[in-house]
Amino acid sequence: MVQSLDRSQGRSGTLSASGTTAPTFTGNRALQLEEKLIFEMGQPGRCGVDLPEPPRVADRLNGLRRRGAIGLPGLAEPQVVQHYTRLSQKNYAIDMGVYPLGSCTMKHNPRLNEKIARLPGFADVHPLQPQSTVQGAFELIDELARWLKTLTGMPAVAMSPAAGAHGEMCGMMAIAAALAARGESQRKTVLVPESAHGTNPATAAALGFVVKPIPATDDGHVDVAALKAALGSDVAAIMLTNPNTCGLFERDILEVADAVHAAGAYFYCDGANYNAIVGRVRPGDLGVDCMHINLHKTFSTPHGGGGPGSGPVVLSDRLAAYAPRPWIVHDVTGWHAAEEGTSVDGQPLGRLKAFHGQMGMFTRALAYMMSHGADGLKQVAEDAVLNANYVMARLSAEMTPAFGGPCMHEALFDDSFLKDTGVSTLDFAKAMIDEGFHPMTMYFPLVVHGALLIEPTETQSKEALDQFCDALLHLARKAKSGTAVEDFRAAPTMAPRRRLDETLAARKPVLRWKPSNNPPTDAPTRQAAE
Amino acid sequence: MRYLPLTDADRSEMLSVIGVRSVDELFRDVPEAARLKGKIDRLGDHMGELEVDRALSAMAAKNRAAGAGPFFVGAGAYKHHVPSSVDHLIQRGEFLTSYTPYQPEITQGTLQYLFEFQTQIALFTGMDVANASMYDASTGAAEAVLMANRVTRRSKAILSGGLHPQYRAVIETTARWQGFEAVGAPVDATGVEDLAAQVDKETSCVVVQNPSVFGHVRDLSPLAKACHDAGALLIVVVTEIVSLGLLMPPGEMGADIVVAEGQSLGVGLNFGGPYVGLFATREKFVRQMPGRLVGETVDADGQRGFVLTLSTREQHIRREKATSNICTNSGLCALAFTIHLTLLGEAGFTRLAELNHATAVKTADALAQVKGVSLLNGTFFNEFTLKLPKPAAPVVERLAAKGVLGGVPVSRLMPDDPAVADLLLVAATETVSDADIAALARALTEVL
Repeated sequence: MVQSLDRSQGRSGTLSASGTTAPTFTGNRALQLEEKLIFEMGQPGRCGVDLPEPPRVADRLNGLRRRGAIGLPGLAEPQVVQHYTRLSQKNYAIDMGVYPLGSCTMKHNPRLNEKIARLPGFADVHPLQPQSTVQGAFELIDELARWLKTLTGMPAVAMSPAAGAHGEMCGMMAIAAALAARGESQRKTVLVPESAHGTNPATAAALGFVVKPIPATDDGHVDVAALKAALGSDVAAIMLTNPNTCGLFERDILEVADAVHAAGAYFYCDGANYNAIVGRVRPGDLGVDCMHINLHKTFSTPHGGGGPGSGPVVLSDRLAAYAPRPWIVHDVTGWHAAEEGTSVDGQPLGRLKAFHGQMGMFTRALAYMMSHGADGLKQVAEDAVLNANYVMARLSAEMTPAFGGPCMHEALFDDSFLKDTGVSTLDFAKAMIDEGFHPMTMYFPLVVHGALLIEPTETQSKEALDQFCDALLHLARKAKSGTAVEDFRAAPTMAPRRRLDETLAARKPVLRWKPSNNPPTDAPTRQAAE
Repeated sequence: MRYLPLTDADRSEMLSVIGVRSVDELFRDVPEAARLKGKIDRLGDHMGELEVDRALSAMAAKNRAAGAGPFFVGAGAYKHHVPSSVDHLIQRGEFLTSYTPYQPEITQGTLQYLFEFQTQIALFTGMDVANASMYDASTGAAEAVLMANRVTRRSKAILSGGLHPQYRAVIETTARWQGFEAVGAPVDATGVEDLAAQVDKETSCVVVQNPSVFGHVRDLSPLAKACHDAGALLIVVVTEIVSLGLLMPPGEMGADIVVAEGQSLGVGLNFGGPYVGLFATREKFVRQMPGRLVGETVDADGQRGFVLTLSTREQHIRREKATSNICTNSGLCALAFTIHLTLLGEAGFTRLAELNHATAVKTADALAQVKGVSLLNGTFFNEFTLKLPKPAAPVVERLAAKGVLGGVPVSRLMPDDPAVADLLLVAATETVSDADIAALARALTEVL
């Protein structure tokens, strides 16, 4: 239960660390300002842009002019700038500190990348302008492709997938196409370890494959015996993440790849964790047939509150022919994009997305690669792994690692250190917020009870890691002391909001503002989702 | 190695805390045969900021920027003026470098702007609800068909000939591998097309673009009625969102799902991506909608706040039973879009649409005067189709040589259709000046 507060004044005030309310007239808390929705602050007659009077012409709209107002608010530029600046201040960000989201990988986003992506020659070019006028853009795509192929040791890459999960779709479509070309479309089973990201089974199922889970061993690896037992003439592919979501390298990977190939199936590697091995291990040497690469995770493209992503897919020789359009090709006259096939049959995959892919992300990723170089990328993987193992070693004093070490880029704990304390995994994570940190990934992977997955990445300093570890060790000791259970359950108390009622949001969805909207009220469920 | 904070002293101290002698020991689970010895060939070593800037600027300089001269290229991506404050605000680190708002207490900034974004989309499409964005409209259109298949439990989609051919290709690819039927209606560049006659009891949805890829503006109400009478859904695709500042919204014409490309506001051309897909539908279909949703709720103090919601539809919970495999959105592009639209507001959005339309009318009328050129459109918003006396693709190249990017040859989008070889798509937005129009008319006269 959370502490109940007097809400009779409309504004509830804020809760101090000691649990007492300190109401202010405005509801603001010093620089933490309450902010209305734009729809509650607009005035007719205000506008944040100046546009000229349109020339008078007879319209050609077929009598289909909009009748009545849209309902958009009117705000002047300073109001808009203040609004979004205030909103920004209610966000945690990698620019502020440690952001240890395991499997999501938040690393420093260099501003040089932003500068390069905004050069007019990249940002202000149209995908359908004459190809002769965009030779540099094709060159950039090809150069990024060269880096990706060389780093992964794979012969081909499909650049167009818009995000990691889209890349999974691309890779699994290529596998389906290759099987169809072999006349083996009866292979309908895809083996997916239980620790996989939810996108893996979702992608396979969307393409009509039957998903067969493969269990994990007690030490957090894929159960190779179970995997081999599941291989047969019905199996199309295995989707394996390596390093896996337990933060471990699948040490039997070569044996797995051989068994998969011997059974006539393909090996899809989920490349979400490629950042742990870039420059040190080439997936091509592991027997991988295709692997998507989340550019933001390994090559630092910014994630802006959730996207945009970019998920190029590297492909083995066996699958290269099934890459979707467009294909970027070079001949004596220069670069070309082969945009369309002569028929869908002549080009098994067709097209996954309009135009040429996430160019704005390509630019940033290439700037990052060139900044690090082949030497630096190796160091990236090493520092990421070193940082994760350091965090694991230090936190092991009070927390319980799920498996023995070493880990790769992320350290996985279970919640057994909280046993009998009355503090839940969620409480513990929320308490980190008051200490000034974004919580780690919770309850994932599913194979570990009360999982706490910490990924520090290579761009955190030792000082930052020590501060982070000290805070977590303090919280772990505090939880075990048994004297502060209520503090944990009330956390966070100093964030812009206290625990939000997620159950209410799902049960009575309010997905847009309406003039009559009042904040939803539903007293019995008005408590934090536990 | 300016992005790597660890010093060698740090590294050795950390190794000793871990209890290993070298970082290689941490990689001991990697089989010996899979370890890369030495460094990777053919890739350069690290470069300073100045060097990277120089190398990539040189590459950028090989491209002709849209702002470098008269520019009339559209067909699904449009050049518009973006107010300076948009790019300034999206570069704030708290937005730029934040992740998916899984911890709502410290991501209210992202959650609130997405809630505002969803509201804006619902308002100008005339729909009940919108999601927090898709990759782009082409992939959004394929997801809309999949959603219609779920809702109707049918598996035949009818695709308008006026749908952007690359969107059509994305839907056809999805159909091929996700097991439904996609029936393409014949292309008619003059805009004549009777989709209603093709709707039958097997039809899950009709996908139609308005304005069409050729620029025609249609009243979709009769088509909506035909769809609904047959138990099918109407999916309306909008590639130029600015049109909705002036045109009757798809929701008012009876659309069940609206998919739109938001690139025109805030995002910029970016050589085709990243863009931002807008996706809106009726309230009753909300649990079948793909993508991420933000909802309003209260916190433990009863204060209004926002959270990601209805995630039981999503892959991280339902795994192989999820409504789609999508696990992200286009957050930062959605932010740019919503800031631009907030700056415009009711008055500015309408004014921008009127300005686009009037500029296009002037452009069309001027080009129709060029000898041998005829205008195929009786109706359009800011893009229209010209019939030229010769193949359009080489004409566009010759225009480019004269410094004018004059449009998209339809053959680029439909290379297999000889009937479109002499057709040219011309887009005119608020960025086109009278001098630009005169330059295009003059250059076109010279090259024809």
